[in-house]
Amino acid sequence: EFRRFSLERSKPGKFEEFYGLLQHVHKIPNVDVLVGYTDVHGDLLPINNDDNYHKAVSTANPLLRIFIQRKEDADYSAFGTDTMTRKKNVLSNVLRPDNHKKKPHIVISMPQDFRPVSSIIDVDILPETHRRVRLYKYGTDKPLGFYIRDGSSVRVTPHGLEKVPGIFISRLVPGGLAQSTGLLAVNDEVLEVNGIEVSGKSLDQVTDMMIANSRNLIITVRPANQRNNVVRNSRTSGSSGQSTESSLPSSTPNILGSLLQGEEESDEEDIIIEDSGEPQQIPKAAPASESIESLSQIELLHESTQNGFLPSSEMNLNHSAGSISMEYEVPEPGRKSLEEDGTIITL
Amino acid sequence: MRRFLRPGHDPVRERLKRDLFQFNKTVEHGFPHQPSALGYSPFLRLMAIGTRSGAIKLYGAPGVEFMGLHEENNTVMQIHFIPDQCQLVTLLDDNSLHLWSLKQHGGTSELREEHRFTLKGPPGSPPSATQVTAVLPHSSREVLYLGTESGNIFVVELPSFRVLEDRTITPEAVLQRIPEDNCNRRSCELVEALREHPKNPDQILIGYSRGLIVLWDLQNNKATHHFLGSQQLENLYWQRDGSKFISCHYDGSYSQWPVSSDNRQAEPLENTVPYGPFPCKAISKIYWQTTKNGLPYIIFQGGMPRASYGDRHSISVIHGSQQTAFDFTSRVIDFFIIFSSDPAAEFDDPSALVVLAEEELVVIDLKSAGWPAVHPPYLASLHCSAITCSHHVSNIPLKLWERIISAGSKQNLHYSSMPWPIDGGTNIAPDPPQRDLLLTGHEDGTVRFWDASGVCLHLLYKLSTVRVFLTDADPNDNMNTLGEDEWPPLRKVGTFDPYSDDPRLGIQKIYLCKYSGYLAVAGTAGQVLVMELNDEDAEHVVDHAEADLLQDQEGYRWKGHEKLKTRDGPVRFEAGFQPFVLVQCQPPAVVTSLALHSEWKLVAFGTSHGFGLFDHQQKRLVFVKCTLHPSDQLALEGPLSRVKSLKKSLRQSFRRIRRSRVSSRKRRGGGGNASEVQEANAKFDQDVLQEMELAPVQRKIEARSAEDSFTGFVRTLYFADTFLRDSSRHCPSLWAGTNGGTVYAFCLRVPPAERRMDEPVRAEQAKEIQLMHRAPVVGILVLDGRSTPLPEPLEVAHDLSKSPDMQGSHQLLVVSEEQFKVFTLPKVSSKLKLKLTALEGCRVRKVTVANFGSCKTDDYSENDLAVLTNLGDIQIISLPFLKLQIRYPCIRKEDVSGIASCVFTKYGQGFYLISPSEFERFSLSTKWLVEPRCIVDMPEVTSNNHVHKSGTENAARNS
Repeated sequence: EFRRFSLERSKPGKFEEFYGLLQHVHKIPNVDVLVGYTDVHGDLLPINNDDNYHKAVSTANPLLRIFIQRKEDADYSAFGTDTMTRKKNVLSNVLRPDNHKKKPHIVISMPQDFRPVSSIIDVDILPETHRRVRLYKYGTDKPLGFYIRDGSSVRVTPHGLEKVPGIFISRLVPGGLAQSTGLLAVNDEVLEVNGIEVSGKSLDQVTDMMIANSRNLIITVRPANQRNNVVRNSRTSGSSGQSTESSLPSSTPNILGSLLQGEEESDEEDIIIEDSGEPQQIPKAAPASESIESLSQIELLHESTQNGFLPSSEMNLNHSAGSISMEYEVPEPGRKSLEEDGTIITL
Repeated sequence: MRRFLRPGHDPVRERLKRDLFQFNKTVEHGFPHQPSALGYSPFLRLMAIGTRSGAIKLYGAPGVEFMGLHEENNTVMQIHFIPDQCQLVTLLDDNSLHLWSLKQHGGTSELREEHRFTLKGPPGSPPSATQVTAVLPHSSREVLYLGTESGNIFVVELPSFRVLEDRTITPEAVLQRIPEDNCNRRSCELVEALREHPKNPDQILIGYSRGLIVLWDLQNNKATHHFLGSQQLENLYWQRDGSKFISCHYDGSYSQWPVSSDNRQAEPLENTVPYGPFPCKAISKIYWQTTKNGLPYIIFQGGMPRASYGDRHSISVIHGSQQTAFDFTSRVIDFFIIFSSDPAAEFDDPSALVVLAEEELVVIDLKSAGWPAVHPPYLASLHCSAITCSHHVSNIPLKLWERIISAGSKQNLHYSSMPWPIDGGTNIAPDPPQRDLLLTGHEDGTVRFWDASGVCLHLLYKLSTVRVFLTDADPNDNMNTLGEDEWPPLRKVGTFDPYSDDPRLGIQKIYLCKYSGYLAVAGTAGQVLVMELNDEDAEHVVDHAEADLLQDQEGYRWKGHEKLKTRDGPVRFEAGFQPFVLVQCQPPAVVTSLALHSEWKLVAFGTSHGFGLFDHQQKRLVFVKCTLHPSDQLALEGPLSRVKSLKKSLRQSFRRIRRSRVSSRKRRGGGGNASEVQEANAKFDQDVLQEMELAPVQRKIEARSAEDSFTGFVRTLYFADTFLRDSSRHCPSLWAGTNGGTVYAFCLRVPPAERRMDEPVRAEQAKEIQLMHRAPVVGILVLDGRSTPLPEPLEVAHDLSKSPDMQGSHQLLVVSEEQFKVFTLPKVSSKLKLKLTALEGCRVRKVTVANFGSCKTDDYSENDLAVLTNLGDIQIISLPFLKLQIRYPCIRKEDVSGIASCVFTKYGQGFYLISPSEFERFSLSTKWLVEPRCIVDMPEVTSNNHVHKSGTENAARNS
């Protein structure tokens, strides 16, 4: 359901006021909701404090698209799903560094909103010709989506050039995780899987290793296309669609380190159901709420500056069919959005 | 932290490991795969079998076994023992000759290859000039006569294999002595047979394939006699006194020829076509054995009427008016007769006929009336029906052992009481330390009980489950009822019968409780039978129950086989294991796991749909649990073989077994044209190879998800008396592990013994553990407070085990294909884990707890996990700390059927199939080692060999 209303750009006010306004507009005074907005890059970012509220308002040109979502069935992963790599950049660009330093205690977002994403890691310790990629599969329905094959590569050995057998990526499944990250390509030679060298292992062994590590797969490859290699000591992306040096604390001193870290992180705890009760993780951990629920959508219209001003106390919600954009990624059963009767509220 | 826990090198532990673990492949049990040649030494009383893979195996008295392997891995075509020597010569299909000898070394005899040799013709001669077709080791032990395709007979000195060119017998030399009018150059092509005169070592009989037979005098280098047969010659045999010989022919006839000094060109005394008058197949080998009563034994291979019985593999024995054609289910490779080898004896007096068929060894007692078969103590055809599963039980109590033997002896009444006639060599291996049983389940619904204590795998008892069911072929309907007047007088012998009437009867899981004698077997059509050992025949009704594993799941349709129909009314069972309860799973999918608790009188079974618990005391189903994932359509549809994602290894193993059967069948159909069949086989193999190469060798990398098919497939079931709910009270429990990495634990309430029949057994689900890596759970084990695995049911009651520690906290070990995990009990929290696949890329295929004793001290032993991986490696992993102790390569990783068939024993030994018919036995323990240790006495060699021969031979036999 959509609501369109207006705000004064210069005086956005406090987040609490805005939150109250939203509840009022939607006639959901006692429902906890998560508020998010789409930034210029089309990423869904949260609004949960004054700073990011102000930021959101300031970035609106002229329309600020706001999404609200019922808290208990919120899909945290919805934030930044589409372009998970870009989200990082945007975040770090958007938040002014000094501001960030001054108020480190500020809750930027819910902890659940942060999660590891697929990335290139360990750039500083690997030879330039190698690339270590962490494929992080998290809740998404995307398959890992690649195939490996046997092959041979030419190596320089003490005895001259020698052909040695190796494992290569043979195919990327369109729409799969491997392809969507852009970090792996066909004919890349696989050198390591989660810190373990694959040389001397059979195709089936390597397959089993990758599948066993599929929750947190770290593969080191020698890319077939060496031109896209990461340029050292630079913080810019090697090529579009790739991000380097993600904000993850993943730079590890050596292979063993990365292996250990990999182990810890891949330790998704087994689940136990006692006496037909609730499933719990072993050892005890917070129950994961993964159900994807409804997204209710609001379009917040800022009157353009040409129109002069809008009273801050007044919300002008206009119905504008043209501006509705359907952003539902929600499956059918999730359609039971917030209960509301009136479709349009005009203040 | 983990870094510091990595396997260090503790010197004490390293030393202990050397005392505990050692890997050896010790002995091959069963029947050699694809035998191709047979040899026998009446002097050593040893039999030799060569195979198509170049192996040569010698057998004597039970326990006397030797094995050798030709480097070339070529087919062994012929085996000839050197008379009165511990030596033999083999001819391979690459025309190479190899000299092997048995030498004593460190108190035991060993078979070693001494020399090899390939006959070389003059430069420019065609290869056929030197292609060896017949080998005659001369009784002088100095030379070997080699008949070739070109008709030349080369003389080779032993043991140097030096060709004595001046002694070569050329066709030209032979033809010189023969009147030209009835002979031409071509009649001397291809030497079919070479036979030394039984009385005069200076004369040899040469048979050429076109029918010309020449008696050659070695001293004077001339033909003293020649005989002209009209038919293509197959083989020759001297009569004992040297006055006559027999020739057998391609047209199914044999002739008797007199050798007298006056008649230089003889006519046959007798020419007979035993199965005439219609065209017959060739008689490829013949024996003429004299007896005291004057009636000879004429024993020959083949000769059946071509049109109606041309496909039979037969050996006929004619003795006076008695005539029997022994009919074998597989191709006859070769045969020999055991007869009096004392040269002073006037008659042959044959005692036994030994036939090597392609799939089994059959020995016929010729002394007893009716010519019964002799039960072989070794070379058992494990694959008389294809092996579908195996189960090993160590340390059988004597009582049960005797009862099984007595049940088995009642089945073996039709066997001859003759002692095993091949009794050369002496078994000097110590008696096996304990009685071990290996149970094999077969495709035809039988379970065979093998004595696996020692070197000879010996069949003790055979159990058939067919009687419980109604099948198309009634087991009482004997296929063998041929009337007396039937001609030819065929008699089926042997046990090899690869054709299963109904594949649903196949046995998939076996569990034997050695203390109570309860046996549970489960099969392909979801049938679970619980049996009890009964020493008497009995007729009773088998209680029948059905377990609907789908329960409330709806909308599923089973497209697989139907369940087996049961027999109504009482069924007669012979003494032995008699079923009293039958549970049939619905849908009737193959039973994938089975557990029996003989103390609680409960049996648990699982399929791809779920699992159930049955109380076999009250004969009541306690509960069923559906493990099926709602989206798993595949599991519902039908037999496993139709589903792509099912264990590839299993399927391939079956296919491999099938393939070998198909090829053997083809061979039989080919009617003995070996080269043609080989060609066809080679082509077949090539096709298969090509097929494999065409398939793109790439593997999909995909995370497992809960929606994968066959997640509900129950892989393992386990009974344990442990702390499931709280740490103060322990209770019986049932654990189940699935293919999707789920572990279910059920709390059981078993009424006390006095009210066992009155109160129902109750079960309640207590726990469900989902392993996040979702790999199939292949083993579940509870360790007691001292970290030792819980004892088997009734083990404590029989004072054979310390009672488990119920004071300390118990631990649960879950073994998935990828990881080993230890959890605490009753509150499940993760304690320890060992990742296998994530680090090494291998997966667990088989896992067992094995007890390893130290070879140095008697009082130290420990329990470890013996693990077989999909790479064919065996790893030993310590308990309870899950540290890799040692790793041995054991099975080729391509040998999926070998890996699938592997079974470990409780004391660190194991078996796996190296062919459909052979188990390789291996040992991981320094303490428990079963290997052949035997000695063959080297007789003194004197010039007067004839007299001396019998003397030393008797001595050898007596020693």
